[in-house]
Amino acid sequence: MISSLTSFLSAHATIIVYLVKIALLLFIVLTVNAYLTWFERKVVAHMQSRWGPHRVGPHGLLQPLADGAKFLLKEDPTPAGVDKFTYFLAPLMALALALTSIAIIPFGPEPLHIFGQNISLGIADLNIGILALFAITALSVYGVALAGWSSNSKYPLLGGLRSSAQMVSYELALTMSVVGVLLLAGSFNLRDIINAQAHHPERGILGWNIWPQILGFICFFVAAVAETNRVPFDLPEAESELVAGFHTEYASFKFAMFFIAEYTSMITVSCLCTIMFFGGWLSPFPASWTFTYYLPSVILIPFGLWVIWDGIRYETIFGRIILPGVGTAITAIGALLILFPPVNEFIQGPFWLLAKIFIFLFVYVWMRGTLPRFRYDQLMSFGWKLLLPLSIANVVITAGAILVWPMLKNWVNL
Amino acid sequence: MADAQELGQPVTPQLAIFFVLAAIAVIGALSLILQRHPIHSALSLIVVMIALAGLYLLMGSEFVAAVQIIVYGGAIMVLFVFVIMLLNAGAEERTNVSKLAGVAGIPLAVALLGFLAAAIARSNESAQAGLQSGTLANTKEISMMLFKDFVYPFELTSFLILVAILGAIVLAQREKS
Repeated sequence: MISSLTSFLSAHATIIVYLVKIALLLFIVLTVNAYLTWFERKVVAHMQSRWGPHRVGPHGLLQPLADGAKFLLKEDPTPAGVDKFTYFLAPLMALALALTSIAIIPFGPEPLHIFGQNISLGIADLNIGILALFAITALSVYGVALAGWSSNSKYPLLGGLRSSAQMVSYELALTMSVVGVLLLAGSFNLRDIINAQAHHPERGILGWNIWPQILGFICFFVAAVAETNRVPFDLPEAESELVAGFHTEYASFKFAMFFIAEYTSMITVSCLCTIMFFGGWLSPFPASWTFTYYLPSVILIPFGLWVIWDGIRYETIFGRIILPGVGTAITAIGALLILFPPVNEFIQGPFWLLAKIFIFLFVYVWMRGTLPRFRYDQLMSFGWKLLLPLSIANVVITAGAILVWPMLKNWVNL
Repeated sequence: MADAQELGQPVTPQLAIFFVLAAIAVIGALSLILQRHPIHSALSLIVVMIALAGLYLLMGSEFVAAVQIIVYGGAIMVLFVFVIMLLNAGAEERTNVSKLAGVAGIPLAVALLGFLAAAIARSNESAQAGLQSGTLANTKEISMMLFKDFVYPFELTSFLILVAILGAIVLAQREKS
């Protein structure tokens, strides 16, 4: 029995590894999504001198679970006169496409060796990585547009129309702004793009694409925020004008699917910014500074100790039990990283990647807490008259520089 | 005889995927014609586009597949959907079918099908070669072809598109004044 099982496992090892990786990544992404809502509510609340979620669990940490249960248990009415097929298809499409795009992101440089298998961090390592992502983005417009149309209601229709116009307009700038990075890397593959930024390991942060491509980065980030329908570009769901825009007529878990799709695309965009402009998993320090390898522990241990200290003084008994436990776990992980140098070395790439992604997610939330919404005509003229010309200029400048630079070097040497 | 031998070959996974994608494309195309509502027709066309992209991927040309989805599946079809939504077009009404369509259309369609089938049957070998080699795929080779071998036709096409864009702008401007 056991021998037949092991032979089955070894015969289908590759496909089993893929299935496990997909399941694991889905679980991680959905959990991160849930806690991203908590993080967003907390940060925006503190920006506005409020507490944010505070009642469900210590520091409101169980709020996402409560929200999830609520989404599942709410009544799910289908409004009269909707186009049934499209009405059900739209949230599915939005969620499926958003989750698919995560599969292309590589999460670390070195493969993991477990059970004699080389498990690379990331699901699909495509030659056309970035193009595949743009293909998925191009299709994700339909989720929003069809939701708006099929609801048979005027506010969703207006929201759907706005979003299709907005996403088509900003997709051009989004695609053009990446061309500079692709020219520098000479590849569409995301791993190649990161490795191209590591040509001079001693330069550290100075070798990243952000310096030569700062114009491209600005265009990319603005266009990407517009593509994900986030503040200040959340015209498709402008509460003050359109009730809730394209998802007004959606309730219960169908609404949650749109919500998860939006937060997943936030994560994807943060991953892309990190990979293309901020060196992906590369450390910002020169490669010879090996003492920076202890940085994950230096961050984790004090944070864990702070959580313990905070937990002991927490007002509820539940919090006084849970928080010190979590803090001890974080401290222990930090300490273990010091004790096992190979593990610590392996963790470096993913650590820097995740740290940078976290910073971008914070910027997203920060913008939500600070910026007012664009007016619709401003949005259109901004996209077409400023962002698109700028990104095209960036392509011309980068291509020219790549052409002239070797000549200039030769000339100086002579 | 050669055809019979090829049909007798065992079904490779590639061939199976080809038939699945081809079936999806054909069903999508039929549904495009048979659907009563323009949005459903547009959705069917998107399905056809994506199935075609899958076929390109099967032939090993990743770049063409991605561009197929970005340009046709994304940009162009979004504009279709956008216009249908903007006009808020309802379901089509059945009108009296033109008699000419029945008399001339069906024989013409059958003739076209026959010609296409004959042409494809003749060029069987080259299609097989394309399926197996997968060398026409590379992004670099495609760009070399576009910007070296076919640079003048390519530039001429871009010029045509530019003219069309200018025409659209002129038409849109006239309404204002």
